[in-house]
Amino acid sequence: MKIALFATCVNDTLFPGTGKAVVRILERLGHEVVFPEAQTCCGQMHLNTGYPEQALPLVRSFTDTFEEYDAIVAPSGSCAAMVRDWHGKTAARQGDHRLAERAFALTPRVHELAELLVDVLGVTDVGAVFPHRVTYHPTCHGLRMLKLGDKPLQLLREVRGIDLVDLPDATECCGFGGTFALKNADVSAAMCADKTAAVKQTRAEVLCAVDNSCLMHIGGTLSRQRSGVRVMHLAEILASDR
Amino acid sequence: MSDIAKDATASRMPTYVGMPAFPKAAHEAVADTRLRRNLAHATGTIRERRAAAVAELDDWAELRDAGKRIKDHTLEYLGHYLRMLEGKVTEAGGVVHWARDAEEANAIVARLIKETGETEVVKVKSMATQEIGLNEALAEHGITALETDLAELIVQLADDRPSHILVPAIHKNRAEIRDLFSHRMPSAPEGLTDEPADLAEAARRHLRAKFLSAKVAVSGANFAIADTGTILVVESEGNGRMCLTLPETLITVMGIEKLLPSARDLEVFLQLLPRSSTAERMNPYTSAWTGVTPGDGPQNFHLVLLDNGRTDVRDEEVGRQALRCIRCSACLNVCPVYARAGGHAYGSPYPGPIGAILSPQIRGIGSKVDASLPFASSLCGACYEVCPVAIDIPEVLVHLRAKAAKKLPEKTVMKVAAWGLRSPARLALGQTLAGRARSLAPHLRFPRAWADTRDLPPIPKESFRAWWKRTHGDSADRKDAS
Ligand code: SF4
Repeated sequence: MKIALFATCVNDTLFPGTGKAVVRILERLGHEVVFPEAQTCCGQMHLNTGYPEQALPLVRSFTDTFEEYDAIVAPSGSCAAMVRDWHGKTAARQGDHRLAERAFALTPRVHELAELLVDVLGVTDVGAVFPHRVTYHPTCHGLRMLKLGDKPLQLLREVRGIDLVDLPDATECCGFGGTFALKNADVSAAMCADKTAAVKQTRAEVLCAVDNSCLMHIGGTLSRQRSGVRVMHLAEILASDR
Repeated sequence: MSDIAKDATASRMPTYVGMPAFPKAAHEAVADTRLRRNLAHATGTIRERRAAAVAELDDWAELRDAGKRIKDHTLEYLGHYLRMLEGKVTEAGGVVHWARDAEEANAIVARLIKETGETEVVKVKSMATQEIGLNEALAEHGITALETDLAELIVQLADDRPSHILVPAIHKNRAEIRDLFSHRMPSAPEGLTDEPADLAEAARRHLRAKFLSAKVAVSGANFAIADTGTILVVESEGNGRMCLTLPETLITVMGIEKLLPSARDLEVFLQLLPRSSTAERMNPYTSAWTGVTPGDGPQNFHLVLLDNGRTDVRDEEVGRQALRCIRCSACLNVCPVYARAGGHAYGSPYPGPIGAILSPQIRGIGSKVDASLPFASSLCGACYEVCPVAIDIPEVLVHLRAKAAKKLPEKTVMKVAAWGLRSPARLALGQTLAGRARSLAPHLRFPRAWADTRDLPPIPKESFRAWWKRTHGDSADRKDAS
């Protein structure tokens, strides 16, 4: 199957390893991956911070870029949710009904990585090997907007050698929330402190999630606390084969 | 609560004097470890019990949808149902009053009480009267309004402000309440302990004397039935029922959105409300009355229908869903921001997620605190998930954010970012520059708020885009490159 990769601007710039991991997993499974180079950003930060008029051109460029593909994968729960739940609505509310129609038609073909693997490609065993103690944090957008359920866990359970442990109070938000972490830094830090305490309680070596933004926030705190816990995107664990 | 502002917004809902923006108010709450512990414990317990109570019903999703649709229908034909209610209440011997805003409502209630010649009234816990600052307004007329709900009484005795819709004293622990009763309640026994049973007994004695002597009661309403003119109050303690049955005059202040078309609709709401708010299958006391009944209960009944910005909110396409709210407080109990910031930081009687969307809509987004409320959320969506009438609170927050005034530096950053992100070539250039400057990253202490508690990730030497070009560069889809 030919799959278009929407790397997302944060991954593209700060976490290139995640995009490479997605390419590796899909190619290993025998699929063709393309990276439409005209892509940039889904517009989430602009919309969520209160700048829908700045988000609109990004909705348009996403639609222009990805319209021709049958399957699009975004290794980010929140970006996939932004595209799926908000692109059409944003265009409609700004009065661009033609674009809204195109966005509504395109968005059902956008999948987060775990969704693509489990629902579209029908695999849970991607042939990964990762002999480490891992705990999984279900990020809010993946959990409540995409309703990923235990799809990421289904994939992790098939990984050879993995020691998968439950995270206490897993469904609590880590406090990132995009610009929330800047605008309400104290509350955000308090939320993250509780999250990292839960992570450390599991004695896991690695914290896994499907959103690098949340991982950057939790990982940044774990690093400041000299905890020794690493954070890894689901794709990177699934791409490991030795 | 003498510190209520008499500013422009006061005619709708009081803003507390000098109320800072949310982040500043939350800063102190976050630092108060005792408060955070009290809150985490209280909300954590009720959260689990609510989930269990909801899980018992296999048709919860349908009930929730029915609740949403009944409320939306009623809001759509609000004028029609309100006129129906007015007719039925009048027919049953009640008197209906219309209040455009807080000032009008307070004036009506004060006049009605003065006409009875009383100077002390008992009160049933009510969000509507909190919203309009009724107790303070009555005090200006020399009328003492005594709260009879236990938690509301605690807040009143402490001269404090409520911090939760259902449990206004959630921020206080037992020891604090014991001290308060000992100092402020003349009838409190010597050597009062902080055992819940002892505290409840002390409050019971204090309140019983008031119930028996009160001639006038003021209440809110949970629901009003348009086609019969019946008003309902739903509660757990039974103190409300005392107020609703013993006095001679009953004055009910009700937000106009509390309406339901007919008694059949209660089937839905009397399941949704108790399970969401107290995790009970059914609340212990449901009092319903229709006008007056000679020889039974209050002989004079006044219904004050309060608009206070609600018709403006109703005209708002996205924001109007806030008017479905049945004040169950489930959204507060699951909100991670509320649990750390506490209820006072929201600067109104409506704290938590619902407060963050209701106050800026009722009061307007002008004050510091109102402008900051739509941002007091990480948009995690937990509130939407539990809301029994499916108010998409994150959606309304995002909608209100777009209306909040923008500060210049942020506006510029957003504009520049949008410009940079509109073109893949500009994004790639930015990535190359960042990659070159990567050795600077470990020394960056910006943005401050971020770098205070977190390490920033290192900037990679090569972006994904550049890697793709290097490794897959001659493959298909190059036509997309700009
Ligand atoms: S918004 Fe929903 S969850 Fe929150 S108090 Fe209102 S009805 Fe309850």
